[in-house]
Amino acid sequence: MKTIFEISRPGRRAASLPCSRVDQRFCQMSKLPPELRRSEPAELPEVAEIDLVRHYTLLSRMNFGVDVGTYPLGSCTMKYNPKFTEVAARLPGFAGLHPLLPQLRRGGLLAQGALQVIYELERLLKQITGMDAFTMQPLAGAHGELTGIMLMAAYHNDKGNQKSLVLVPDSAHGTNPASAAIAGYQVVTVPSKDGVMDPAAFKEKLSDQVAGVMMTNPNTVGLFNPYIAEIAEAAHQADALMYYDGANLNAIMGYAKPADLGFDIVHLNLHKTFGTPHGGGGPGAGPVGVVERLRDYMPISRVDVRGDGTLFLDYDHPKSIGYVAPFYGNFGVCLKAFAYILALGGEGLKEVSQDAVLAANYLRVKLGDKWQVAFDRPCMHEVVFSAEDKAAQHGVSALDVAKALIDEGFHPPTIYFPLVVKEAMMVEPTETEALENLDALVAAMGRIADKAASDPEALHAAPVTTPVGRLDEVSAARHPVLQEPQA
Amino acid sequence: MRFTPHTSEDRAAMLAALGLGSVDELFEVIPEPLRARSWDLPPGMSEPEVSQYLAKLAGLNAQDLVCFLGGGFYDHYIPAAVDALISRGEFYTAYTPYQAEMSQGILQSIFEYQSAICRLTGLDAANASLYDGGTALYEAAMMAVRKTKRKKLIVCTSVSPIYRIMLRTYTINLHLELVEADVSDPAVLQGLLDQDTAGLILQNPDFFGVLHDYAPHFAAVRELKGLGILGCNPIALAVAKTPAQMGADIAVGEGQPLGLPLSFGGPYLGFMAVSQALLRTMPGRIVGRTHDGQGRVGYCLTLQTREQHIRREKATSNICSNEALCALAAVIFLGLMGKQGLVELAELNMTQAAYARERLCAIDGVEPVDQGPWFNEFRVRLPIDARVAVSRMIDKGIAAGFPLGRYYPEQSNNLLVAVTEKRSKEEIGYLAEGLEAVL
Repeated sequence: MKTIFEISRPGRRAASLPCSRVDQRFCQMSKLPPELRRSEPAELPEVAEIDLVRHYTLLSRMNFGVDVGTYPLGSCTMKYNPKFTEVAARLPGFAGLHPLLPQLRRGGLLAQGALQVIYELERLLKQITGMDAFTMQPLAGAHGELTGIMLMAAYHNDKGNQKSLVLVPDSAHGTNPASAAIAGYQVVTVPSKDGVMDPAAFKEKLSDQVAGVMMTNPNTVGLFNPYIAEIAEAAHQADALMYYDGANLNAIMGYAKPADLGFDIVHLNLHKTFGTPHGGGGPGAGPVGVVERLRDYMPISRVDVRGDGTLFLDYDHPKSIGYVAPFYGNFGVCLKAFAYILALGGEGLKEVSQDAVLAANYLRVKLGDKWQVAFDRPCMHEVVFSAEDKAAQHGVSALDVAKALIDEGFHPPTIYFPLVVKEAMMVEPTETEALENLDALVAAMGRIADKAASDPEALHAAPVTTPVGRLDEVSAARHPVLQEPQA
Repeated sequence: MRFTPHTSEDRAAMLAALGLGSVDELFEVIPEPLRARSWDLPPGMSEPEVSQYLAKLAGLNAQDLVCFLGGGFYDHYIPAAVDALISRGEFYTAYTPYQAEMSQGILQSIFEYQSAICRLTGLDAANASLYDGGTALYEAAMMAVRKTKRKKLIVCTSVSPIYRIMLRTYTINLHLELVEADVSDPAVLQGLLDQDTAGLILQNPDFFGVLHDYAPHFAAVRELKGLGILGCNPIALAVAKTPAQMGADIAVGEGQPLGLPLSFGGPYLGFMAVSQALLRTMPGRIVGRTHDGQGRVGYCLTLQTREQHIRREKATSNICSNEALCALAAVIFLGLMGKQGLVELAELNMTQAAYARERLCAIDGVEPVDQGPWFNEFRVRLPIDARVAVSRMIDKGIAAGFPLGRYYPEQSNNLLVAVTEKRSKEEIGYLAEGLEAVL
């Protein structure tokens, strides 16, 4: 399909701007010295509004979202995104609110509703996780990790601890080691045993040099680590902090809280657990919670309540790490998550975890007929399969399976992750996929398994139903074309 | 309200397939002493109840405030087509386009966004976006540190003080030397530049709205093999000298003015463009054009060996996502404005701001601080503390601007005033008359 630049025609326009009613002499362009000006206007598209609307409508039809069909992309929690939260985030009282307003004297009185959203969401997230304080500032999950590691560093610096290492299990999300490294730590990988981090291997790596441990529980293979109390106790004895990657909190709501599991710092992916849309890759939100002894280091500003009940922004925390975002986080995303939590309530959230875990286990058993389950025991919200046997017997890889699933009308699972499982296919159905959709996925995977034996070539050729087939990624990387060439 | 479709029969069928009597059995792997002892969240609410509650909260925020606040975040008009298109579920309920064949819509829109950012900045390559302007500035600074293997970053004090605080936060444990000084003065810059300088960070228009030509500054840092980083306002780029023309290696900025609502601070968009030599050290997602086996043109994520999911602790950044939906809004906004419209929008902002400046400076005791030329924002010196003046204006329903004393203690009487195309001549009149009355 042509790009918006290729359909451009000189002289067309969609812009509708007000006429300035001030005197011509205020026009600045003629007064702008040549050395401050760009020589030519930027070659932006010249299109009529109808051209543009059709262009992006057609593009949307070449894209697959949760609103289109089943999207069991493991670790990403592609659940249904309620529509009323979109309307709430677009209310002019929220969408039009300038973030600097509450930083003006008396300006906070004109932002009480927005401050209350932050204040109440913070309280709800504390109840859900057992943490003592939350910041809404981190703008995504990985950004929450970086914030968490910076809090870890602030804690150790304040105590005079000299520590340089962060422990990360081999099954961790790639962002975990990357976040620790970018915050200035050396990363030590801890091997897993039977799918979970082994306490003995962990203790072997633990020393007084260890600043913290990054874990997600249940982990990326969908297994709950039952040794978590032992691991946390050992870590705390070495004055290492326990970091909880909240990517999988959606599995345990109502059953366990990260604080009770021994974690000191947690980030939550509001776009996963609390149903805010993923936006084609963002925006998300990654609020961070901490236990009491880390509260002083949390980013500023913080929303607090005055004696008269009004809310205000509190900047007076000398030990704070500062700003990790310009204002109060991705407020629009936080607002949608707040609406979601209010709608579901405590029982609804617990039911989310129950239904997500039930659906994943149902798939584990049903798909297990024809597909190798990486760890064949009850899982939490997601389950990892391996195409290793199909690859060995028929030359059909996890990639082939994924592409064949596209032709079956499904978004494929996450493939080749976690790294600890060969030819991994990580399936997360979420709680919002109906039983008949789960059964349809099982049937489609069954047909693919049969085809792997009978006609593997057909699977290598998939997908055939999409606007383009498999793309040449090697030439894309060797000879990068990253923008529309200019005439 | 619940969003799970399961009936009790469905649940029973699934439990039966598992040979279980109750769903609680699936949670028995959590050791008993670790189980949640309390779950005291409020009961759920219906959609109308939550909607009404949120509408009530929205109503507690300013409704008809006339806004002259800027500071890098502007009250521009957003054409209706932006929201209509980004509200399509195929776009906003998708995730990162890992499966390119079924994600050509998002992938092509990002490619178009990258193209638009390259054309605005004049640079060679743009990424798929970062979280916001501040994190983009930090990522650019870290690129300079990695590329030059040097430790010193020089940041002009006329770069957004908000972003400078973020930069301090992010670099505090990295053993870097962060030097903040008014290096818009070339003599000051010469005194600080040395062989250990990784990068020079400037902003245009600067935080006070003044437009600059930083070509000599970037030439000086280039001579010592450091990198030049320019923070930009994307709408000003329609008329201002481009980062490429000034000799910057990296351009970054806040994309909020490109069709994103102010939304109390986010979600926004950080844009980044770099010169060819820096392409493979750039953080974030990048989309490239390629073809399939039949020669059909398509788009995919590319140059992924820089990224965390492959390189883990050796990645160029820990960023995993981008702000794809915001980038989509931005490219739609730029398409709607178009080649000529964006220039007109920039000119209109400058004109309205010039009028406001003259009106304010005509007030007894109010003086301009800078010589200009300006984009759509400027500072004036008031005869009283700007915080006091602004608080009095709030009562008149006007956010008169941002008192600079908050970040520049020596500027307690200075007020930063932003004027967009949305501010009418009448509203500018209310501002001037109101300010005159409260001084």
